[in-house]
Amino acid sequence: MERYRILPHVADGKFRAFGATREEAFANAGLATASLMWDWWAIKALRSVPVAVEGRDLEQLLYRFLEEVLYLFETKNFLLAVVEDVSIEEGEDVFRLKAVFWGDEAGGRYEIFGAVKAVTYNEMKIERGCDGWAVQVVVDM
Amino acid sequence: MELRRVDDNTWEIPAHGRMTVPARIYASHKLVEYARGDSTLEQARNVACLPGIQRMSYVMPDAHQGYGFPIGGVAAFDLETGIISPGGVGYDINCGVRLLRTDFTAEDVAGKRKELLAEIFKEVPAGVGKGGVTKLSAGVLKEILVKGAPWAVENGYGTADDLLMTEEEGRMKDADAGRISPRALERGIPQLGTLGAGNHFLEIQRVDRIFQPETARAFGIEAEGQILVMIHCGSRGLGHQVASDYIQAMESAFGVRDLPDRELIYAPIGSAMGQEYYRSMCAAVNYAFANRQMIAHWVRAVFEKVLGSSRGMRQIYDVCHNVAKVETHVVAGREKKLCVHRKGATRSFGPGRNELPQAYKAVGQPVIIPGSMGTASYVLAGTAEAEELSFGSTAHGAGRIMSRHEATRRFRGERIRDELAQRGIELRATGWKGVAEEASAAYKDVDEVVRVSDEVGLGRLVARVVPVGVMKG
Repeated sequence: MERYRILPHVADGKFRAFGATREEAFANAGLATASLMWDWWAIKALRSVPVAVEGRDLEQLLYRFLEEVLYLFETKNFLLAVVEDVSIEEGEDVFRLKAVFWGDEAGGRYEIFGAVKAVTYNEMKIERGCDGWAVQVVVDM
Repeated sequence: MELRRVDDNTWEIPAHGRMTVPARIYASHKLVEYARGDSTLEQARNVACLPGIQRMSYVMPDAHQGYGFPIGGVAAFDLETGIISPGGVGYDINCGVRLLRTDFTAEDVAGKRKELLAEIFKEVPAGVGKGGVTKLSAGVLKEILVKGAPWAVENGYGTADDLLMTEEEGRMKDADAGRISPRALERGIPQLGTLGAGNHFLEIQRVDRIFQPETARAFGIEAEGQILVMIHCGSRGLGHQVASDYIQAMESAFGVRDLPDRELIYAPIGSAMGQEYYRSMCAAVNYAFANRQMIAHWVRAVFEKVLGSSRGMRQIYDVCHNVAKVETHVVAGREKKLCVHRKGATRSFGPGRNELPQAYKAVGQPVIIPGSMGTASYVLAGTAEAEELSFGSTAHGAGRIMSRHEATRRFRGERIRDELAQRGIELRATGWKGVAEEASAAYKDVDEVVRVSDEVGLGRLVARVVPVGVMKG
């Protein structure tokens, strides 16, 4: 299955990510976000970072999950290569996501070609189709 | 949606449905087609529905779709009944432009261009993932958020004269760092004094054409061939995080059900949440002022090192193009304090405004409009008419017309470098893919944008400048 597709957007970054489950679609959205800044497939999976976020709804959960990619990059120099063990739990009025990011430290070895400034809710869609899930996101660049 | 033509460069969407005021678009026939082609007009209409909006929802000539508010949108709200919205400011709070003049001419630097650029590239941390040079504690960072550019001057970066020639003198006094999230602080610490990537750049420029010699002289632009330096960047990850934090906090406080677009989230300006966002936004604005102040200082040091002096290097002005401010404007014949949101729009105050430095009170403020990579940029002068036309605002740049993805498919960074070199423009960048993304063909024609600005009276053409050296983050 195609992991994600980068869509045309005049000013910013836009993509649709796919998965048989919503966990898989979220994981692929993480990689799609990374793909706008570096080639995630070229990054060695040397370090792991546990990720845990909460959201009032699935949209906020996705927003905060993707924000982790930016946060870890900007504050820990962490380049995402692999998203593993995604779980999404629904509580009362809250969604909880856990995952493990694998990747490497930026430090001259990899080209960083883009800057995603922020995740946005603009045109965000989380959809369930007959053959799985699709999420659509626009990020500010 | 009805788009009525008012005159050659003015269009209006009459108030209908939930709009309480009309939307007005300043654009030529050519530019208005871009606005029709994406969601710009719909977003301008949505803004016209927000509580307490005054006069009109304005759209500048370089507009394109944003989130919630269009980029190139100007909207002002009543302080009692109105709102403040992070989406009306943008994620890159106080993204802005600083312009420095020098006494050097293009001939003076001709043989030193490569060296100048190489040294600037060394001194100014550039691209993404490049930490700043200063190791800051959270305590010092909070001090910077409150003090802005004056902090930088106190710590040896530049002079008090630079501050006079900065919007707000480099510091928004309502800033409060107390509510800035730990995460925003964490993103801000390694990035202070960095240019950032994307459309951010630093250029060594030469004056190509002077349209209004007298005003140009008042700005410190005396002759064609004179060397200037332009710095375009913002509040980096700190500002982006402040925007994200408040979009989410406002969602929690007010819900999102009634909004046509989740990014239009707002708070009543008088509410605790509205005030908290405003004060935090001011703190991010101050971070960006300090950031540009530090970068300008390093540029000055490089000129001294490479050319033996920074002869006549003086700041022309520093403008914000993503900000919300409290300003006095005339509404229905009466002066009134308003909260003016400029998202991808530059303040363009004319002669006489209190906010302007003494040196510009008679001629209006310098308005700095950066072009795309390798093309011309412009210096305009603010006008008194602009206050009536757009709450004293005009465009902020060229505005994209092609996606980054498409640009990287069509262009090669190395090729762009070679083409620029043939035209006598030196380019240094952190990566070639980023250069391809910023190819000038991916942008609107900035000449057209400033022509409309001049014709409408939003800002008058003063000088055209062209790059001789470009550093792209």
